[in-house]
Amino acid sequence: MPIKILMPALSPTMTEGNLARWLKKEGDNVKSGEVLAEIETDKATMEVEAVDEGKLGKILVPAGAQGVKVNEVIALLLEEGEDAKALEGAVAAPAAKAEAPKEQPKAEAPKAAPAPVTTPVTAAPAPAPKQPAAALMASPGGRVFATPLARRIAKDKGLDIASVPGSGPHGRVTRVDVENFKGGAAVGGSGGLRLGAGANFAPARSKLVPHSTMRKVIAKRLVESKQTVPHFYVSVDIDLDRLMDLRAEINAIDEKTKISVNDFAIRASALALMQVPGANAAWSDEGAVMYESADISVAVSIPGGLITPIIKSAEKKGLAVISAEMKDLASRAKEGRLKPEEFQGGTFSLSNLGMFGVKDFSAIINPPQGAILAVSAGEQRAVVKDGKLAVATVMTCTLSCDHRVVDGALGAQYMQAFKNLIEHPVRLVL
Amino acid sequence: MADTNFDVIIVGSGPGGYVTAIRAAQLKLKVAIVERAELGGICLNWGCIPTKALLRSAEVYHSMQHAEDFGLSAKGVDFDLNKVVERSRGVAAQMSKGVTYLMKKNKIEVVVGSGALDGVATGAGGPLRKVKVTDKDGKVTNLTAKHVILATGARARVMPGMEPDGKLIWTYREALVPNTMPKSLLVVGSGAIGIEFASFFRDLGAEVTVVEVMDRVLPVEDEDISAFARKAFEKRGMKIHTGATVKGLKTGKDNVTATIELKDKDGKAKTETLTVDRVILAVGIVGNVENLGLEGTKVKVDRTHVTVDGYGQTGEPGVYAIGDLTGPPWLAHKASHEGVVCVEKIAGVPGVHPFKTDNIPGCTYCHPQVASVGLTEKAAKDKGFQVKVGKFPFLGNGKAVAMGEPDGLVKTVFDAKTGALLGAHLIGAEVTEMIQGYTIGRQLETTEAELMETVFPHPTISEVMHEAVLDAYGRVIHI
Repeated sequence: MPIKILMPALSPTMTEGNLARWLKKEGDNVKSGEVLAEIETDKATMEVEAVDEGKLGKILVPAGAQGVKVNEVIALLLEEGEDAKALEGAVAAPAAKAEAPKEQPKAEAPKAAPAPVTTPVTAAPAPAPKQPAAALMASPGGRVFATPLARRIAKDKGLDIASVPGSGPHGRVTRVDVENFKGGAAVGGSGGLRLGAGANFAPARSKLVPHSTMRKVIAKRLVESKQTVPHFYVSVDIDLDRLMDLRAEINAIDEKTKISVNDFAIRASALALMQVPGANAAWSDEGAVMYESADISVAVSIPGGLITPIIKSAEKKGLAVISAEMKDLASRAKEGRLKPEEFQGGTFSLSNLGMFGVKDFSAIINPPQGAILAVSAGEQRAVVKDGKLAVATVMTCTLSCDHRVVDGALGAQYMQAFKNLIEHPVRLVL
Repeated sequence: MADTNFDVIIVGSGPGGYVTAIRAAQLKLKVAIVERAELGGICLNWGCIPTKALLRSAEVYHSMQHAEDFGLSAKGVDFDLNKVVERSRGVAAQMSKGVTYLMKKNKIEVVVGSGALDGVATGAGGPLRKVKVTDKDGKVTNLTAKHVILATGARARVMPGMEPDGKLIWTYREALVPNTMPKSLLVVGSGAIGIEFASFFRDLGAEVTVVEVMDRVLPVEDEDISAFARKAFEKRGMKIHTGATVKGLKTGKDNVTATIELKDKDGKAKTETLTVDRVILAVGIVGNVENLGLEGTKVKVDRTHVTVDGYGQTGEPGVYAIGDLTGPPWLAHKASHEGVVCVEKIAGVPGVHPFKTDNIPGCTYCHPQVASVGLTEKAAKDKGFQVKVGKFPFLGNGKAVAMGEPDGLVKTVFDAKTGALLGAHLIGAEVTEMIQGYTIGRQLETTEAELMETVFPHPTISEVMHEAVLDAYGRVIHI
């Protein structure tokens, strides 16, 4: 019997993901440990490794498929000695359910069949026992199977029926699926923008780019943050001259370990949290969560969105370590190869748009964290020093605070501490 | 029996048990079915099927009596009750034989006797349920299986002070094999069973009185249907007392005197006595939960019915229950479906949905027939739905009039907000054959739009179904 390769769960809460690409073709020989495919979840791309040896017999879920349910059979692996004939029964099982119920026992014979052989991903917990394979999603752009009632209710709710997973036969979307559907941005609906519908004027030429899972998560989390977290902002101008001098000095020592302004900012933000521990906090209904370590989530722009890899306990790490870690995390983030624990969590966020010459901006808090620091570009500005006009390299930084846990004075104290550290950078080297 | 260990043992071979057994066999499970009487259970032998045979005789007889309406003449029209019953028994026997064949074809082991749970044995692959089967001679066969499905059905409820004696006071059982044709008959209870017998004996000429404790006949049906049914029954000469109770039954030599408490026109309570040849008790159903070895297990019994989840699982691991034993609706097709879901879940078939009772059609084979599915208008409103209601009389249907069956009504209840078909209620000729149309529509989650767009064939009575949908949206054509 061919080995079923199942859609892995990359985290305990993951229910579905996208099959980003296949690295093996049908007919390819596969060794244990070889990467078969890549799975894309909300933020990470993970590899599906083969546990068993064999030949990739049949790919059941094509590359690019979205919303593939965890534990759905995505491919069949032929064991040694098995040929393609062995696939017939197994492949027929999900597809032929309604058409030929009599055929079903062949593949599903509960008595004779051994326990389903699963191919878990190394990093993931072992997948739960085989789930109904009925929830095969329609391929992107293909026909969506949905009941008339489900379509009507979805339309009334302004939901895109294609985004609702179906629980009916062969994944048909039913009334209950639509009624219980949570999440997913509404399209159209009353008062909303309706693409291409009922327009009396020629609409601007456009194309609809389907949302990636990451895009949906970004949308959901940031809307939630901006709508539910009472933001307020504290800005300070920071003199960078000394830091730039120190940085030049350090970077002159070794070409290989180049410390960036961002690395300084990470270290400074962590040390400032130690000085003003009240700012290292998160709101929860039960009480304020006071963090003991400064785990700094650093926003990294990646294709299609952004991700926040974490420098854990940054207060205990020197600049060189922070710099090396950051380079590694950023490069892996861009490749979509971060592990969930490398970007989930964090106690405080830092977002730096200085490299784009941004003068000032304020960031949206990354819930449940209590604050995020927006770092802008260091630029030469005319400043007044000791009553005289002078030129200095100045950087404007803005802290966005969740007023439920970080009050105005506290936010100001934090920014004072941060400014002090940056303007006296020797403390960052200690 | 070479081997006494099975994957599944099913206790009871009614429409729940035997269908479940066949489905289990299709799923390559090794199955035994335990039956103490005839294969096919009450449905085939003492319920659905033989009553339909009786009612068909009554219908043909009624048509012959009204031959003149069709320009025909039939003289000396009469019936032989023994032969009518004989035909009914023959039909039941044929069906039961059919089940015997189906068991054989599917290699299902039939074990004759009464089955009861008998504790747990340890097997190689985990615990095994023991089932002790005792036949009528007291011979015991011990079986084991990983899974035991109880499908022992239900029986007529007996009210204290009104115990059936099988001679003058009948249940459905005696009413199916009457040795004499009662000249007068009291039917207690106007649910499906009571009304079918009332209809049968009335068509054969008996003076029939129906006493119903609720304020209308066929109390589970929509109020409009109940009202229509009552008029139709009374038109055929049936006497009906609703909101009335039988206080006592006193048997004489060859008759029974009933004390009936009822309300007069002004709503004042009064007591009447009525002497009839025979009484049929049809006052409800109780589950057959006795002697199943449930004592000491975690199987929960709530007022004679076994409590189960959507897959028929009882509180006891490895023990399941389906059909009438698990509660209403007490319908053969409910039992069959429940059993299929249960055994598919046991076999690990992917995508098995828990059994739901909200789309089970109910049929009553009186004259005129009654069929319904989903919510009544009142139930829909009670649930907070804003409803759109459509009605259409058979009188507006060419085929019904041509058939000489102009008495009938279809009523549809839609959710005004979504267009979901919440319920459909029919009374009239052939409605038991038509209700599946609405049931399929509901199963596929149709809205009014698809039903309106569906082309119904002309001339058929089924066109009334289309019209009743159109009427709900102000688009009815033929009235």
